[in-house]
Amino acid sequence: MASQSLPFSRSEARERRKARLGPMAMLSHVALALWTILVAVPIIWTFLASVKSEDEIFGDAWSLPAALRLDNWARAWEQAHIGQYMLNSIVVVFFGVSGTMLLGAMAAYVLSRYEFRGSKALYLLFVSGLAFPVYLALTPLFFVVQNMGRVPLIGPFIGLNSHAGLVLVYIAYSLPFTVFFLAAFFRTLPTAVAEAAFVDGASHTRVFFQIMLPMARPGIVSITVFNILGQWNQYQIPLVLLAGAKDKWVLTQGIADISTAAGYDADWSALFAALSMAILPMLVVYTVFQRQIQAGLTAGALK
Amino acid sequence: MRYGRTGFVVGFLAAPVLLYVIYVIAPYAQAFYIALTNWRGVNASPEFIGLENFRRLFEDSVFWKAVGHNLLLLILMPVLTLGIALFFAFLLNVGGKSGMTGIWGAKFYRVVFFFPQVLAVAIVAVLFQQVFRPDRSGMLNAPLIAAGAEPIGFLSNPDVAFWSVLGVLVWQAVGFYVVLFSAGMASVPKDMFEAAAIDGAGRLSLFFRVTLPLLWDTIQVGWVYLGIAALDVFAVVWVMTAEHGGPDSSTTVMAAEIYRNAFQYFQFGYASAMGVVLFFFTVGFAALSLRLSRRERIEF
Repeated sequence: MASQSLPFSRSEARERRKARLGPMAMLSHVALALWTILVAVPIIWTFLASVKSEDEIFGDAWSLPAALRLDNWARAWEQAHIGQYMLNSIVVVFFGVSGTMLLGAMAAYVLSRYEFRGSKALYLLFVSGLAFPVYLALTPLFFVVQNMGRVPLIGPFIGLNSHAGLVLVYIAYSLPFTVFFLAAFFRTLPTAVAEAAFVDGASHTRVFFQIMLPMARPGIVSITVFNILGQWNQYQIPLVLLAGAKDKWVLTQGIADISTAAGYDADWSALFAALSMAILPMLVVYTVFQRQIQAGLTAGALK
Repeated sequence: MRYGRTGFVVGFLAAPVLLYVIYVIAPYAQAFYIALTNWRGVNASPEFIGLENFRRLFEDSVFWKAVGHNLLLLILMPVLTLGIALFFAFLLNVGGKSGMTGIWGAKFYRVVFFFPQVLAVAIVAVLFQQVFRPDRSGMLNAPLIAAGAEPIGFLSNPDVAFWSVLGVLVWQAVGFYVVLFSAGMASVPKDMFEAAAIDGAGRLSLFFRVTLPLLWDTIQVGWVYLGIAALDVFAVVWVMTAEHGGPDSSTTVMAAEIYRNAFQYFQFGYASAMGVVLFFFTVGFAALSLRLSRRERIEF
């Protein structure tokens, strides 16, 4: 009886809702597929061009390569020094991120769990670095690094055109976000475990490395991913600090240089091969770790 | 139990603070002073000239063009990126058959959309320099020429080049915000959409009356991120465009002018003054957007 007083039955309502929303799913797929094409095609096109001959590259852009010219890749790797640049990037990012994580975690831990005079001010000093545009510091930074090169004993290793110098700069500029993020993370961890360890006679250092750091693992993973990508993709800072030593250049610099400096006598097929070499590892790493990468990069925005 | 506390605190903070002060704080502090000097060559000693650099900046038409481009990007980049990303995030998350479930293949789309974000901006710039080639070897111009149309000078026409830069920036950024908004939407209880749909809300009102208000916080964060990114644009302009910001300064931005003046013209004082202007734009934007976008928070 009661159901008769309703304008229509439950299943009818579902049908109407479906009618209202159903055909849209098709249109949604069309829109989404369009953007998928927009993202994928330039990248696929680059991969195809990387095995084309010079004539094919200057011919119709949408033609397929007649033969796989893998010698383009060999030339890019050897003569355009992409192999060298990639190795440089790996070395710089490895030490840069390791240093950032070690020093960043140490600073974040102390600033979030130990109250002392000025601890709040020090934390704000680190976090304020997030608000400054790096271009403001660029000129003085160049001279700071140049002057570091004159420091006795260690100077020659950390001055301009040195990987160690670049690593130190990367660490310093990665600290604000790393400290900000990890300090927030350390604050959420329970204190009971650490206190029990102190009672058992563990030192502060030991509590940090053996208890707090393992507990902070999820946060550490996110911010490590964030820093790896940030430092790997950095272009501006090495452009300024490594300008004078081509053999020290990182990958982004090397590839940008092939296209900007070379002009008409450029080896275009090698350029496409070099581009592909830069994209391919990111594609592989991203496919494998896409969950962690998406989480790591968006973690900052969701905090 | 408190034994060695001071030693521990000092020991753990010494290295990070030292590095941070030397490489970050000191350069920023110096930049404000250098901006007041006429420091030019590496060897010439700087002379204090007060606000002279800023007076010169005021008459520098190229710098004003750069500022104008940054401001245009500041408006267009967030609007386009957030608009497109919201649209796709909505289609992905509530675009399914009944309007409340995720669309089939949502995960695949998200993975593909996000990929440009992991590429270096410099790499993307080189890639699009090729895509935008002006003859039939360019990916975009080849079909135009084949159809008998005039090729577009994506990077050689001063009226078009800026839009090419904007297009590349949006192309790279959209995926990140699709993922960000998806995460935001996933945390909204499904019954909210369901209740609205039962009450007769169509897709559009679902979007504008339910999705948008619930995502407001996330959108606000995205707005600030993109605005700051728009003020910091460098690599796309420097690497992709002709003459590093051309043709005829039609794409140049503040960061490119800072780099050009400092490391090509060696006018360190003048470049630092530009940096100070950029700094005030950044701080001003952050403060303004936090004020303007403050709105009642919806708890759920």
